[in-house]
Amino acid sequence: MAKFNMNPLKNPMPTQDPEVRNGNFNEVALGYTAEMAIDEAKRCIGCKNRPCVSACPVNIKIPEFIGKVAEGDFEAAYQIIAEDSALPAVCGRVCPQETQCEGKCTRGIKAGCEAVGIGRLERFVADWHNEHSQDKPVPASSNGHKVAVVGSGPAGLTCAGDLAKLGYEVTVFEALHVAGGVLVYGIPEFRLPKAIVQKEVDNLKLLGVKVETNMVIGRVITIEELKEEYGFDAVFIGSGAGLPKFMNIPGESLKGVYSANEFLTRSNLMKAYKADGHTPIQRGKCVAVVGGGNVAMDAARTAKRLGAEVHIVYRRGEEELPARREEIEHAKEEGIIFDLLTNPTRILATETTDPKDPSFGWVNGIECIRMELGEPDESGRRSPKAVAGSEFIIPVDCVIMSLGTSPNPLLKATTPGLETLRRGEIAVDEVGKTSIEGVYCGGDAATGAATVIKAMGAGKVAAKAIHEYIQNK
Amino acid sequence: MYQIVGKKSLNPTVTQMEIYAPFVAKKALPGQFIILRAAEDGERIPLTVAGYDREKGTVTIIFQIVGATTELLNHKNVGEYIPDFVGPLGRPTHTEGLKKVCVVGGGVGCAIALPVARALFEQGTKVTSIIGFRNKELVILEEEFKACSNNFYMMTDDGSYGEKGNVCVPLKALLEKGETFDEVITIGPLIMMKFVCMTTKEYGVKTIASMNPIMIDGTGMCGGCRLTVGGQMKFACVDGPEFDGHEIDFDEAMSRSRSYADFEAREREATCNLFKKEVQ
Repeated sequence: MAKFNMNPLKNPMPTQDPEVRNGNFNEVALGYTAEMAIDEAKRCIGCKNRPCVSACPVNIKIPEFIGKVAEGDFEAAYQIIAEDSALPAVCGRVCPQETQCEGKCTRGIKAGCEAVGIGRLERFVADWHNEHSQDKPVPASSNGHKVAVVGSGPAGLTCAGDLAKLGYEVTVFEALHVAGGVLVYGIPEFRLPKAIVQKEVDNLKLLGVKVETNMVIGRVITIEELKEEYGFDAVFIGSGAGLPKFMNIPGESLKGVYSANEFLTRSNLMKAYKADGHTPIQRGKCVAVVGGGNVAMDAARTAKRLGAEVHIVYRRGEEELPARREEIEHAKEEGIIFDLLTNPTRILATETTDPKDPSFGWVNGIECIRMELGEPDESGRRSPKAVAGSEFIIPVDCVIMSLGTSPNPLLKATTPGLETLRRGEIAVDEVGKTSIEGVYCGGDAATGAATVIKAMGAGKVAAKAIHEYIQNK
Repeated sequence: MYQIVGKKSLNPTVTQMEIYAPFVAKKALPGQFIILRAAEDGERIPLTVAGYDREKGTVTIIFQIVGATTELLNHKNVGEYIPDFVGPLGRPTHTEGLKKVCVVGGGVGCAIALPVARALFEQGTKVTSIIGFRNKELVILEEEFKACSNNFYMMTDDGSYGEKGNVCVPLKALLEKGETFDEVITIGPLIMMKFVCMTTKEYGVKTIASMNPIMIDGTGMCGGCRLTVGGQMKFACVDGPEFDGHEIDFDEAMSRSRSYADFEAREREATCNLFKKEVQ
């Protein structure tokens, strides 16, 4: 058998049929078989300069793990990934590999050639391990130092895992009733099954990490108290960027208008998508999702699965959609309608003016205006301009605003001396050090809304910095 | 898990519970709220803190049995547990520097008005309390209010107890008489707070209303609790729950509060049926 597989294209990912999956919440991508994984792994030529590794925010030793996959030694592959990543089953699913590891892959440089399916292989290896391995993570012996981690999203979990492996006694404080942060409340089941997140959290617990839910740090215990009263040597803040933005147009407080965060939280965290869920959600007949990012795609695809005709309303063009290509393609396959170069001007209510009428105060439509692209703005994207007089109405009974989020102001408000930037991001240096000694921060709380893997990268860098800080104290 | 350590029925539809939650008890202040789930797969509901004992580590909640979760909660007894109890959330009531305050409570809202009145009274503020109920059967916390009020007015809609009429009647009479207050603080049904605010606006008396909109996370994440205050969007969970009553768009708040009325009615019925089956 040839040493390398020189097929220019990736092994395609088996997926549920679009017409079937747009009616269920089961995972869309089904994962490689062992044969597919070995075949795909052989596409890696183990090039010398290893551009994939430096393009990975947590620098996974990609060629090495892929080499083990090619040999069929999946557990060894897992152990290589686990040295650098705390959440491989998550990252294999939600990382934007096309702009990171795979974006730099030597196999993908030539026109018509595709990168090695690094993400798909990572997912395969992590799933294989979770299914077959009996090995349980073993806690390191304690070094006697305590670290508090605020928030159990990707940044917090990564930081906690790395510190626990170094022997720190780590406690993760989570505000909600379940750990996982955006992995649980934000990303839908069909993209990231919650059992996988739970497994990763359980693995951290086996490493000795304590997870305290229902703890809103800032209110129930302040950052200062964590250090002074509770004896934590250092604190890592990974509280995310949870505060939703609205457009400030008329009608945003009508019934049937959601932030994407609310819609997704109802569905994902509170299980409103299930027939026996105890939290209500508007099951619209026709839904407009305003925005073009990954969260907008998640909201749109969730609304579709709840039975609606769904429109993505986005003010720029197809090229400018900030969502991952794969998410856009999946959304299109599932029948989501893209109304591009379209911007909402107001949300319209039902006609009745009688507050006792059950239909009073509900969304009945969204008025939009056509846009055209002008000159590129400072972000390099062509800035959209409204076409005068082109207003039109999309009749919808639900609107989901997916315009991004900003960092939660609670910690800033309750932590004297914690410096923040213009949009509320917590100010940090390159290793996550904040303006307060012994307090570090990373992920969306420091950068504004970004990606899972960037948050993990920040958690990792901060863990190293916290280790150095405590050892030199 | 959080243990129920005390339970008392205040009237046929209102129950008081003490929950062992030492972290919350240590920090809670009047005006703040908690979020609880009564079952592992249950919804999250916000309840304003009705009291706390920092030494015993308990927090008192008082709730009206109106939906599935409160129905479920009311079926739990002392010694049993609820899975989640998180707080304190929101900003505490601003009481500093207030010399003379009128506290206006309505229905189960009186349970939340009481700790505010008590905190004011204990710091030496002169407190006038006006509390109102639909009828005598629904009256709660009368003695407790009297104990922390310099002046006290009891009102019922049907006149079966106290004076007949709504809370605005004595409030308007006092203001008309030339009585002055640094602030009026009102907590109760939206429609009552709307009319209290309309009354005080006429006389230019600053009025604070405590809002209790639909919430999920209670930490500023979902925006479900948004209100329009002074033409601006505010999140009750992080910006409130108390706001300048003269600036609140009450009509919008009332409309939004009914977003899931049908679902909630069905859920409550299903919960009740479940308990009926158990009894049979």
